[in-house]
Amino acid sequence: MTAAPIKPEFILMLEEVNKTFEGFKAISNLTFYMDVGELRVVIGPNGAGKSTMLDLITGRTKPDSGKIEFGKDTDLTKLNEPAINRLGIGRKFQTPSVYVDHTIFENIWLSLGDSSHSVWGTLFSRVTPQRRDRIYEILKIIALDGKAETKAGALSHGQKQWLEIGMLLAQNPKLLLVDEPAAGMTDEETHKTGDLLLSLEGKHSIVVIEHDMTFVRQIARKVTVLHQGTVLCEGSVDQVQNDERVKEVYLGRKKKEKLSHE
Amino acid sequence: MLRESKIELIAVMALAVIFIVVMPCLNVYTAAGSWMHVSDFTINLYGKYLCYAMLAISVDLLWGYTGLLSLGQALFFALGGYMMGMYLMRMIGNLGQYQEPIPDFLVFLGWSNLPYIWKPFSSFAFAIIMAVLLPGTLAGIFGFLAFRSRIRGVYFSILTQALTYAACLLFFRNSLLMGGNNGFTDFKFILGHNLAESSTQRGLFVCTGVALLLVYLLCKWLTTTKFGKIQRAIRDSENRVLFSGYSTANFKLFVFVLAAVIASLGGVLYVPQVGIINPSEMEPARSLEAVVWVAVGGRGTVVGPIIGAFIVNALKSWATRAYPDLWLLFLGGTFIFVTLFMPRGIVGLPAQLSAFRKKHFLPKSGHAETLSPPSPKETLAKPE
Repeated sequence: MTAAPIKPEFILMLEEVNKTFEGFKAISNLTFYMDVGELRVVIGPNGAGKSTMLDLITGRTKPDSGKIEFGKDTDLTKLNEPAINRLGIGRKFQTPSVYVDHTIFENIWLSLGDSSHSVWGTLFSRVTPQRRDRIYEILKIIALDGKAETKAGALSHGQKQWLEIGMLLAQNPKLLLVDEPAAGMTDEETHKTGDLLLSLEGKHSIVVIEHDMTFVRQIARKVTVLHQGTVLCEGSVDQVQNDERVKEVYLGRKKKEKLSHE
Repeated sequence: MLRESKIELIAVMALAVIFIVVMPCLNVYTAAGSWMHVSDFTINLYGKYLCYAMLAISVDLLWGYTGLLSLGQALFFALGGYMMGMYLMRMIGNLGQYQEPIPDFLVFLGWSNLPYIWKPFSSFAFAIIMAVLLPGTLAGIFGFLAFRSRIRGVYFSILTQALTYAACLLFFRNSLLMGGNNGFTDFKFILGHNLAESSTQRGLFVCTGVALLLVYLLCKWLTTTKFGKIQRAIRDSENRVLFSGYSTANFKLFVFVLAAVIASLGGVLYVPQVGIINPSEMEPARSLEAVVWVAVGGRGTVVGPIIGAFIVNALKSWATRAYPDLWLLFLGGTFIFVTLFMPRGIVGLPAQLSAFRKKHFLPKSGHAETLSPPSPKETLAKPE
């Protein structure tokens, strides 16, 4: 009898995943592993398949082939969005998605992971003192505790982004998927967002998709570069930025196009 | 916010007392010539409006609160009406034209015995139960299929309208045994009371007022629950709700079924007061009209649809007599005007006016919150 090889503690595992949209190969043979507690930054040019990757993980689209597993052997390809979310995977969208007609307090309340999610449950669910404390705790983390009764629609763009991150935290997810959190933010707001994400490192596993390299430098330990739906390279920020293939993908395409035109 | 809802509650309670207590009393206890007198005609007319208000609330629960523009609410209203109509037809007994124990139109179609689907409708309780079950089940099946397939926006509107139109065509057929294009009419009795007597009509009016009040209170309560907040969250950002662990399809299904039952209840009370039900109640224009009531009154509020139903129908009663050819033009014009200039309807008018006043007539405060524009940052050059 031989001992089975020890499986490392992956929080997320994508193996040989493929996805084609009407002939366009959005994801091709994508393999991606992530450790528990890791903060991973995913970069890549437009159309590299970054958002599609998040869609596949969160159940918004189903892969044509391949394995997507969460934690120890939970197959995500068979589940729908709410079910995947309740396993402990939270997702922040690229454009801030908050409930503009609700107060900030209510936005967090509706996002709390421990309260009821069924139709009947929500008819009789109330804000208990513990929940209230938890909500204010989160509001403090995202620096919106002074605005609990303000409607979310009245917030600035940056504050909406933070509120949405707060809504994710309220779900107390094991894995956070954050799509371009710094888009449209001022330098100062971007920096604060970086600090916020860093403070969550270790408590949650986090995937951040980003374009802004200052921001990537601030938060990144390990960077994965996606290109044409597959992993081009992985490593530290410096390694990645000095990689010839990455340079070519980001900077060289124009040159190549020029050459091919001549 | 709190103050506003208190004012609303007081106003609604005052109106409820006027409709449920004062108007019926004035109808009974004042002389017909007196300026205080409320005529039987007025009672009957306002009773009709109260039923329309229930239809309007059902539209608003879906459109204003959940972001689902259903053009099928008239179908559920009419189904409720038909269930009540079947009971009322049975209560005619052998007082019809043919003096047979079965409804006239069945005699006309060559029936001599009562078809089996008609038999249980001699019971009032059965008719009421069916008025809840039939629209509820139909909404449940249709909603389950539509929401499971993630049909939303304009596609949902088109499908609900198609469903209503299909039902309309079905009810026009004599073979359905629902009276074909004539529908049901010439009702005589309800629960042993003569429908031609003003006391019966007054009783129905009070029942309708109470039913509307209960529906109002139910919807008002619903908006304060976590359920009600999720309803509006679905309207504003369905993806966020979906990715917060809620099966939005179940929530939408619940609202759709509830709205169908409320509309049906309106139809149940409408038919004995109006004295007729036929397939024209299901025509697409009927559902569209209800949408206009909600838009005029103010969607996303519970009191708005009630106000809208009253005002638009009062206008209709006047305009169809004064300018019968221009009514539809007028209705369409109102809808366009409200959509463009009063997006929050009559209920939102005070807030809109005060915002307008602040903007144009009050000195601007100097410290408006400003955001500094984002400065250019070091980014990886994106291939253009």
